[in-house]
Amino acid sequence: MSQLQPSFGLTKRSATTGALAPAKAETPVAKLIDVSKCIGCKACQVACMEWNDLRQDIEENVGLYDNPHDLSPNTWTLMRFAEWDNPERNQFEWLIRKDGCMHCQDPGCLKACPSPGAIVQYSNGIVDFISANCIGCGYCVKGCPFNIPRISTADNKAYKCTLCSDRVAVGQGPACAKACPTKAITFGTKDEMKKLAAERVVDLKDRGYAQAGLYDPPGVQGTHVMYVLHHIDKPQLYAGLPLNPRISPLVELWKGAGKYAGLALLGLTAAFGVVHHLLAGANRVTEEDEENAEKLRGGGA
Amino acid sequence: MTQHRDGEAHLQVPRYSGSARINHWVVAISFVLLMISGLALFHPSLYWLTGLFGGGPTARWIHPWLGVVLIIGFFGLFFRFFAANLPERTDWVWLARLRHVLAGREEYLPEIGKYNAGQKFVFWAQAILVLVMFVTGIGLWPAGLAYFEQLLGFKATIDQRRLAAVIHAGSAVMTIAIWIIHVYAAIWVRGTISAMTRGTVTGGWAWRHHRKWLRKEIGKEPGGPQPAE
Ligand code: HEM
Ligand code: SF4
Ligand code: SF4
Repeated sequence: MSQLQPSFGLTKRSATTGALAPAKAETPVAKLIDVSKCIGCKACQVACMEWNDLRQDIEENVGLYDNPHDLSPNTWTLMRFAEWDNPERNQFEWLIRKDGCMHCQDPGCLKACPSPGAIVQYSNGIVDFISANCIGCGYCVKGCPFNIPRISTADNKAYKCTLCSDRVAVGQGPACAKACPTKAITFGTKDEMKKLAAERVVDLKDRGYAQAGLYDPPGVQGTHVMYVLHHIDKPQLYAGLPLNPRISPLVELWKGAGKYAGLALLGLTAAFGVVHHLLAGANRVTEEDEENAEKLRGGGA
Repeated sequence: MTQHRDGEAHLQVPRYSGSARINHWVVAISFVLLMISGLALFHPSLYWLTGLFGGGPTARWIHPWLGVVLIIGFFGLFFRFFAANLPERTDWVWLARLRHVLAGREEYLPEIGKYNAGQKFVFWAQAILVLVMFVTGIGLWPAGLAYFEQLLGFKATIDQRRLAAVIHAGSAVMTIAIWIIHVYAAIWVRGTISAMTRGTVTGGWAWRHHRKWLRKEIGKEPGGPQPAE
């Protein structure tokens, strides 16, 4: 179960039309994942399981390091191992990306969610699923540009990384960041993390990774989980990280103009009925009609 | 057979058998419940409708199962009624005179068989929309989709699932708009509702709105006058 952290102010709340109570403005936070420093030890995965008390069923080994095979209601973060022969440097590279919720500033999951308060965004940017309000419809799955939320078949609730909102609420960093032995995962304010990333990018460029850069995609107004990548021009190399993620136009249509057009059409149809009845009056059968029918039948029974 | 029921002044013409009426009400009730549980998720201002089902999770899971009831029920209605809903020439005349239809001036309209062009439109539009909603509804239904993916050996892409949501919601709006017209027409044209409650309409109703059909029904009676056509 994932719960609301009442100590944070809210800036967004799913399926909520009215204004929110003025949010206590916290400093935006971010988790920075430096892929160039990751050794693929999965300490973060274990820390996540431990802190959030998650246990994934044992699966079959299919010859990949990815274990388990995919994110699931019990696997909120997953090391994805990609191999790449870098033609420019003529070298083999392990591109190991810690997958999980990106905590988008403009979260597609929240936009799609039909249940009031099942997804919230705190004023520090963390996007949290509130299990008590979730109805298990799977709309968030369609809304997310990163393929993150998973619906549990055990309790029909959606699950994903909480950015350890419960730890952050008491002044701690996320469990994964705490466990990472190489400090590939760090946590702090978004400004601090961007500064740290900039230093790392300079260092990587020095070492010959001319395309090193920070992944903080503007299509979702930036994210509160960012990556330092050696090849920012080719994010797809990292197990399909999208080049320019944004909320799908189909989702925008479904959740935007479509709603107003739909409600308007239904309102107009109902109004037509009312107005027509007022103008035309009831269409009543007359005595003459009844008599004509009798005549047709030949004088009645 | 047309008859005078005890204590009734008007001729009663049978229009729907008991099984056709039960079939119609299965479709009608499942449709209304689908509409309510669907609209609850369609817009936040309607979310309170989930309360009628005992909460959001119940409304969410019951909706697709009601959809299964609806599609099976609609299948029945389709085969019962489809022959009487085939288009014919007078439908175009009726449509061209829609003005008179709306004004209730039956005297300007051609003689109509069991269904007029408006009723036929409702029949065919709902048949298509229910089918579209079933297919896209499966695409929106995590458990149902997983079942069909396994059964049929395919994997829906995320964009297909998003498209399913857009089409499902769009078709839902259209089907509900048509349903409003359908229900309104049954109320506006007085004497219609008994067709689906008791199975009969009065002779006058049939004379006024479906005269060709009335001639045919009377013609079926032994010794009755032969239909005009
Ligand atoms: C024919 C079979 C149908 C199936 C399998 C089906 C399935 C679904 C599913 C799985 C959802 C997602 C939410 C949920 O699980 O409740 C949904 C949403 C919805 N359904 Fe259906 N449905 C069907 C028919 C209908 C009908 C007949 C109507 C309208 C009268 C309707 C109206 C809606 C609406 C308005 C939504 C919400 C769409 C949105 O959130 O924008 N559905 N349907
Ligand atoms: S499944 Fe996702 S979209 Fe649906 S209510 Fe739960 S969090 Fe919201
Ligand atoms: S990555 Fe997906 S689940 Fe996470 S905040 Fe963004 S849209 Fe929501």
